[in-house]
Amino acid sequence: MRFIKSDINLNFIGKSRLALYISATMILISFISLILHKGPKYGVDFAGGTLIQVKLFAPASINVIKSGLDTIDLGKSSVQQFGDKEENEYLVRTDISVMTSQEGLSGKVKNAIEATTGNKVEIRRIEMVGPQVGKDLREKALFAMFYALLFITIYISGRFELKWIISGTMAAALMSSVYFLSFINLSIPILIAAALILALILFWVLDLKYAMGAIVALIHDIIITVGIFSIFDKEFTLPIIAALLTIIGYSLNDTIIVFDRIRENLKKYRKKPLDVIINRSINETLSRTILTSLTTLIVVIALFVIGGGIIHDFAFAMIVGIIIGTYSSIYIASPILLAWQKRGKKIRL
Amino acid sequence: MKNFSWRVILVLAVILSAIIYILPTINQGWWPHKKINLGLDLQGGMHLILEVDTEKSVESTIERMTYELRTLLKKENISHIGIDRIEGNKISLKIRDNKNILSFEKLLDNELKDLRVFSKSTDDEILTIILNLPEQETRHIKKLAVEQALETIRNRIDQFGVNEPDIRLQGERRILIQLPGIKDTQRAKELIGKTALLEFKLLDETHDLEAALKGNIPAGSELLYQENEDTATGRVIKSPYLVKKRTLLTGEYLTDARVQIDSEFNEPYISINFDKKGARLFERITEENVKKRLAIVLDNKVYSAPVIQEKITGGEARITGHFTTEEAHDLAIVLRAGALPAPVNIIEERTVGPSLGADSIRMGLISMYVGGILVILFMILYYKTSGLIADIALILNIILIAGGLAGFQATLTLPGIAGIILTIGMAVDANVLIFERIREEMNLGKTQRSAVNAGYSKATLTILDANVTTLIAALVLFQFGTGPVKGFAVTLSLGVISSLFTALILSRLIFDYLLINRKIKSLSI
Repeated sequence: MRFIKSDINLNFIGKSRLALYISATMILISFISLILHKGPKYGVDFAGGTLIQVKLFAPASINVIKSGLDTIDLGKSSVQQFGDKEENEYLVRTDISVMTSQEGLSGKVKNAIEATTGNKVEIRRIEMVGPQVGKDLREKALFAMFYALLFITIYISGRFELKWIISGTMAAALMSSVYFLSFINLSIPILIAAALILALILFWVLDLKYAMGAIVALIHDIIITVGIFSIFDKEFTLPIIAALLTIIGYSLNDTIIVFDRIRENLKKYRKKPLDVIINRSINETLSRTILTSLTTLIVVIALFVIGGGIIHDFAFAMIVGIIIGTYSSIYIASPILLAWQKRGKKIRL
Repeated sequence: MKNFSWRVILVLAVILSAIIYILPTINQGWWPHKKINLGLDLQGGMHLILEVDTEKSVESTIERMTYELRTLLKKENISHIGIDRIEGNKISLKIRDNKNILSFEKLLDNELKDLRVFSKSTDDEILTIILNLPEQETRHIKKLAVEQALETIRNRIDQFGVNEPDIRLQGERRILIQLPGIKDTQRAKELIGKTALLEFKLLDETHDLEAALKGNIPAGSELLYQENEDTATGRVIKSPYLVKKRTLLTGEYLTDARVQIDSEFNEPYISINFDKKGARLFERITEENVKKRLAIVLDNKVYSAPVIQEKITGGEARITGHFTTEEAHDLAIVLRAGALPAPVNIIEERTVGPSLGADSIRMGLISMYVGGILVILFMILYYKTSGLIADIALILNIILIAGGLAGFQATLTLPGIAGIILTIGMAVDANVLIFERIREEMNLGKTQRSAVNAGYSKATLTILDANVTTLIAALVLFQFGTGPVKGFAVTLSLGVISSLFTALILSRLIFDYLLINRKIKSLSI
């Protein structure tokens, strides 16, 4: 069986301008959504506060639970249904992270809900993160993504263009300057955004074209995934960061396979123009790209549907990431190589 | 083919050792006794991060030094206008008269070498001197406080009885605590977080309590409260005591603390024993203060304030206070384990109930089966016999990950299960790459055998490249992550490595066996 004929020859490169518009629109929408929502919606991991998952042994309306919680001082709090409706599970969130009373915060919540609903309540999960820890984790997550991108830069420039030393030195310089600058009182997100822009400029100056293609595609994937999360009003938690980093790895996987083929074909057909070669390479690897995306999507969708509430958003991020990642390796990473040549820089081996 | 047989041995050895490592998880007690560790999110339990308020340990050192300095000046007959602890960690001292100032300065040079002169000014023949501790000493005190807190907490948890607790330092002043399977989390938190500073102080019976309650607290005394819960209404009643600030004896001389039951009221109390020095001190205190009231204060709460009837020898005392059996039991533990050198704050807590953990395992496994079976069916449908080879590789892949988890004693978490599921999807990628390549080569008119050879040799580098990048992401994640996320990084890395092995070595071996040894001319792909 095959989905894709072996002599397929779709004109991907011809559509790259259209793809550019689509991507630009999606990125724009992502930013607009982020601005409208006043930044990403952080879960307790990053914002600090407490999340308590409670299970009621008989159904009760959310309003009754809320009125029960109003009797205790919970600060800024919210109640939300969790998982399947018949499970009667709810998430109680508050921005309080300490409770000094005898029974503790969770005990208080339990008693308050039991008193108003008249049902027994089971505390299934508590996550409490102090404000300082939340800030630390937020910064650590940003650093993790930044470092991952730089390590990947070294590997790609080294493997594809034998520029181990240049890319290694560049990455080391960027990492150490960001590391030292992080000690003076700078906003970490701005610092890392600045470092990323600087990295892209350096790619251009140092002629690291494969890294440029790959990293731009990855940043594109992350922005759009974050944007879609923001549109659906989903929370950022530690597992979501894990999903984002996995998306980085996965999307890169796709990109590298196309790049590998481009390099191989550049050797094979020395006379042909670059756009033909790139288009041919994308077509040759298309079957694999679609198959792998398909098998990965199958399992992630299985996880999304039956994996349970805690893993739900993680699976959602992965689904989005796999689709965007597959798209970006075809329509973003490869056209950047081509754009390079059009700007007068030469693609060499 | 010599090469071939070596590969067979390698593959068999790897599979066999993976299976051996999985066995103890299936049947407890089997060699090599390494079960797959389940994370707290799967087996239930509590994860805490405490921060030691090290600043407080410096302050209490300064407080003690202020007191010592006062005694020293008295001994040396140097009169002063005031010694106080200011701004938390400084001592301010005011001295009048040249004679006093001169002898103090001599004292400062000879006996008070640990103290640093922070500032010094003379105004109207009054010398104001502010002393503090050198930077190095402060750092040392803080470090010691954290180490001591770690040791004390470890002690308390050991005595409380938790299976396989994990307690360790994290960074400079944070302590990570993992208590698997713990049920009464609130009780555990109280046990861990209690400073448990036991002090014996005299009541101030010369001044009026009523006046003190109106804000007129005499110098050298303080207001402390006793808290009693009314069993009928559940309300906490606070009764005030005017207590002298000076601590006569602390819990540091304790050798033992045990729960006893009062035969008269049938209520538990805690009997404490002092060591020799403590017993001597206690004897002297009780001797000097007969008919006065001695308050037993724990963490600035009065537990009782009995009248001293006579000199008490033997170094034994009791703490009463309407305890429940559990409270008394926990209090005895914290007293035995000793006080924390500084207060600790819980800055992160993650608790998962055992039923939720079991649910997570169940749902994780079901999604793994469903996803796995769908992928397996798809591969057979798409690639026929070759798909079956990829499926064998896939199943072995999962066995290798499980064996790896047990062998390296890694922890399986819920995101870790997600990582395995993701690996199922991504593991077939390597085989897909190879199969697509073989198909391409066959389209060029090659025989199956040479197409397989060419397919593998051309796809190998690509597969390596693609997987190294995923591995980079996984390693960064491992560095960054805590608990569950780290578990995800572990299974993802194991998955990448084992899928390299199964695709490049194992499935190749099966192809070679079928095409060379069994001389099969064409294999459906």
